[in-house]
Amino acid sequence: MGSLDRIGGVYLLPVILALIAFVFIGQPSSWATLTVAGLSMGMMIFLMASGLSLIFGLMDVLNFGHSAFVSFGAFIAATVLAALGGWLVADSAFLNIAALFAAIGAATAFGAVAGWAFERVIVKPVYKDHLRQILITMGALIVAEQLILAIWGGVPIQVQRPAILTGSIILGDVSIEIYRVFAFLLGLAVYVGLYLVLNRTRLGLLIRAGVENREMVEALGFRIDRLFVGVFMAGSALAAMGGSMWAGYQGLITPAIGGELMILVFIVVIIGGLGSIQGSLLGAILVGLMANYVAFLAPKLSLASNMLLMMAILLWRPYGLKPAAKG
Amino acid sequence: MTAILRLDDVHTDIGQYHVLHGVSFDVPEGGVHVLLGRNGAGKTTTLRTVMGLWRARKGAIVFRHHDITAMRTPDIARLGIAYVPENMGIFGGLTVEENMRLASASGEFDKDRLARIFSIFPAMQKFWTNQAYALSGGQKQMLAISRAIIEKRDLILIDEPTKGLAPSIIRNMIDAFREIGTETTILLVEQNFHFAKALGRGVGVIEDGRIVHKGQMADLAADADLQTRLLSLTAEAH
Repeated sequence: MGSLDRIGGVYLLPVILALIAFVFIGQPSSWATLTVAGLSMGMMIFLMASGLSLIFGLMDVLNFGHSAFVSFGAFIAATVLAALGGWLVADSAFLNIAALFAAIGAATAFGAVAGWAFERVIVKPVYKDHLRQILITMGALIVAEQLILAIWGGVPIQVQRPAILTGSIILGDVSIEIYRVFAFLLGLAVYVGLYLVLNRTRLGLLIRAGVENREMVEALGFRIDRLFVGVFMAGSALAAMGGSMWAGYQGLITPAIGGELMILVFIVVIIGGLGSIQGSLLGAILVGLMANYVAFLAPKLSLASNMLLMMAILLWRPYGLKPAAKG
Repeated sequence: MTAILRLDDVHTDIGQYHVLHGVSFDVPEGGVHVLLGRNGAGKTTTLRTVMGLWRARKGAIVFRHHDITAMRTPDIARLGIAYVPENMGIFGGLTVEENMRLASASGEFDKDRLARIFSIFPAMQKFWTNQAYALSGGQKQMLAISRAIIEKRDLILIDEPTKGLAPSIIRNMIDAFREIGTETTILLVEQNFHFAKALGRGVGVIEDGRIVHKGQMADLAADADLQTRLLSLTAEAH
């Protein structure tokens, strides 16, 4: 065991990154605001990336269409929020939250159903053929973006936040947006839920085993194709949930939202290691923090910074920070 | 004696290669039966074809009264056939307990059965909560076999269990297989003739995807010329 492992292993990386950023930023209040923003952004990206990572790890499917679920999730949530506009501005916290959960719920449910159809129609015929997977899922992504254009048009859509989640919490000099806290907590809750399912249930045991060695899972008597469908639906639902949260975070969405986020999502999956929920969380937090710190310190380097982060991590750990073990 | 498994003129292709050229043999019920052959003779392909991991292009595979030729792997496994592949198929990220739990149909353990496994392979009890990737090669093989017998199986297909193992562990394996062979049928694929000789009741020799010899292990073990001809064993190896 290396010295890094003895004191917490790769889980220390976000702490190290935050400490380095603190030195460069200098102002504690700005640093704290950026750190919270980075954590909440990281949690939203985690929602989108975790499903893709599991799909990659378990099914060996390169799904470039994953961002379509992010986009649809954002637009469906925006539509539901617009329809429930009265609830969003009501004095009742219950109505505020109900509107938000209705929007997230609608997006997530759509993601699950669309994920099922996507897996059956688009992905199933091209299992074990990476080239065709890339081509067909890219094609599906283009079709999905055109569908969004046809339904919602090309004009950016304003997304309203519930009244209860607008504004900021002020702690001394530190200003923390309430929506970001909510996004962080929701992402954390999803992570805990996923962790418990994967580590405390037989279904989770099967998924973890399937990520390592699909053939052996089948040889033990389990139909892995059924597991594939379930994981694909869950992954797509999480992407749509992430998209719905991102819509509220950005406040303005365009049909390109999924495509723009996909670069970050792929970086997270690669940094974290395929098939690993812990890896996705770690990668997402690193990417979120890095994006916010660098956007503050050197805005022009914002996207490049995460590319550099990915390159550095891959040079150090070619399989990512926490890849699922492969049998 | 009744055959628990029957292969009749089985042909299997892997990609563009025609690997099995009409393999036919019976595995009688009970005891350890061995399929011997050189590297690339078609031993692993035979086991994988029985398990449905590769499809037979032609021929029939019958397990008890079920034609399993075109069945899916999980359905074949649920009929009572366990498979221990050459690479052991251990889930390294799972603990020993989780590996075993996955192989148990209900997810629960039969205490008597587990106690018996611990008596055959004490290392499994010792490393019960350890992640499987940290086990040694021999311990991984023990786990692979334990997983195959955690449930009552009618037939266990085992692919080269001695590969890469130290002689002392191989001796332990011989004892373990003798005990397991008292309650179930084992079809063992091996290159290690001494191991096979110590365990096998029946034997088949495969060469270039065809069965070139079938008979009793005792007869093959007693015939040095036959061993030399079939297996290219040197005089020292006898």
